[in-house]
Amino acid sequence: MFSALHKYRKVFGIGLQNTFVYRWNFLLRSLFGLVPLAGTVFIWRAIFTGSGSTVGSYDYAGMIWYFLLVILVDNLVTPTEDEWQIASDIREGQISAFLTKPLNYLGYRVALFLSYRLVYTLVTVLPLALAFFWFRDLIVLPKSAATWPLFFLSATMAAAISFLIAYTLALMAFWILEISTIVFILYSFEYFLSGQTFPIDIMPAWIQAILRWLPFPYELFFPVQIFLERVHGAALWSGLAIQAGWVLALLTLAQAVWRRGIRHYQAVGG
Amino acid sequence: MRRYLEIYAIMFRNSLIREMSFKANFLLWIIVEALWFMGQIVFVEVLFQYVDQIGDWTKWQVILLIGTHQLILQIFQAFFYNNIVAIPELVRTGRMDFMMLLPMDTQFAVSARHFGLDSLVNAGVSVAVIGLALSKLGLRPSAAQWILYAAAVGFGIAIHYAIMFFLTTLSFWIVRAQGLVYGYYNLFNIARYPDSIFRGAKVFRFVFTWIIPVILVANVPARLLIAAASQSPAHLLLEIAAAALIALSLNRLTWKFALTRYTSASS
Repeated sequence: MFSALHKYRKVFGIGLQNTFVYRWNFLLRSLFGLVPLAGTVFIWRAIFTGSGSTVGSYDYAGMIWYFLLVILVDNLVTPTEDEWQIASDIREGQISAFLTKPLNYLGYRVALFLSYRLVYTLVTVLPLALAFFWFRDLIVLPKSAATWPLFFLSATMAAAISFLIAYTLALMAFWILEISTIVFILYSFEYFLSGQTFPIDIMPAWIQAILRWLPFPYELFFPVQIFLERVHGAALWSGLAIQAGWVLALLTLAQAVWRRGIRHYQAVGG
Repeated sequence: MRRYLEIYAIMFRNSLIREMSFKANFLLWIIVEALWFMGQIVFVEVLFQYVDQIGDWTKWQVILLIGTHQLILQIFQAFFYNNIVAIPELVRTGRMDFMMLLPMDTQFAVSARHFGLDSLVNAGVSVAVIGLALSKLGLRPSAAQWILYAAAVGFGIAIHYAIMFFLTTLSFWIVRAQGLVYGYYNLFNIARYPDSIFRGAKVFRFVFTWIIPVILVANVPARLLIAAASQSPAHLLLEIAAAALIALSLNRLTWKFALTRYTSASS
């Protein structure tokens, strides 16, 4: 057990080093990432001046605080390069090396994912801290202490869902040459349905009723709602249950796809 | 000039042949872009449940703006996007050597390698949305307005091209400049917003109108089409033309300078 953990800790370390080589890339990406935030702030400011005081159940301050939290959670949980790397491992035959090593590929990818998320979060801390400082008057921390552990639980499951969806899609590279189209289709769903573009609960009720059963809101929107203490009681627990259900379902699916993929695999190239 | 047209025709044909050998992929790309475009329009629908106007823009005017931006983006993608994104990799692997040895202008060679037909199909979709928005607004732009619009769309494409190309030029110094390229993709988001939301944000507006002129890209053509013919804001065309020319010359200068700094990769 200890040696197994040690193995994956090494992988984690390698992941850290890999990303630090390209720290400029990361830094620039995170800086540019703040520009859409500025755009978001301006568009909502214009909307709130047009509509009076509220949109759905949000006021202006609440809306901006929502988007700041979305960016924070997004940095923590959303994979950035993992799916492309997995696909190229498969396409270029590098996955053969893992089949002969006493290393579980899923475990290896999880360790890398965690290290990427850590570096990404560290790099974005400065620009994000600036944004938080700029909007410091809008910050409302949770009132109840119980919110914190619930938020961390939900955010962890959000990371698991985001990662497993990306991982499973990337495994499609066993069967098809070019996975970028399906990855971008996924991105479009995540972008509009996870709460990244606007909070889900300002949409018509019937759309929300459908979305409740899809994995997308649980990748961002749900943990943020928990942190904002906008979801309570039964809705909170059933949400967490659905989220956990998705984690399990996706994990099972990922393993099944992996097993079938490996059987189909022909080790093209080296 | 004629020679370049001939070369482009050959590359164009090759791209089409390549595209048609992956038909499923070609169709999927069209779906991907259509989904993104649809998402944008749904976003506008959701926003306008709560407001009647954003600044001086009504709902169908904003849809016209988003359609216009989609048109500009798709034409840009059809001709340039894939080529520009490939530049950092050309530099990193040293394959830029080959591009520089070709008996033609290197910037042309790297910019025109690949043409994406799928994006052109999506440009067609955006034209349909623009048409719908115009009919909902009850507008019938005059021929002169259409000419101004087409020119402004052209300048908008030139601005996207110049800025994105400029950013990739940095890959001669920073290996793996993809971060920058995708970063500019983030800026595309701002280009879709109505310009009046930036009212009051002086510094931001200045930076993104004059230094990185993304705000002009879609707003100027859309405004040229929306305005009543009698009070056509033709001066806006001068503004976007100036911004495009400045961006293109800076892009050309930095590219020339970067080429002198190019050190190939060991093979």
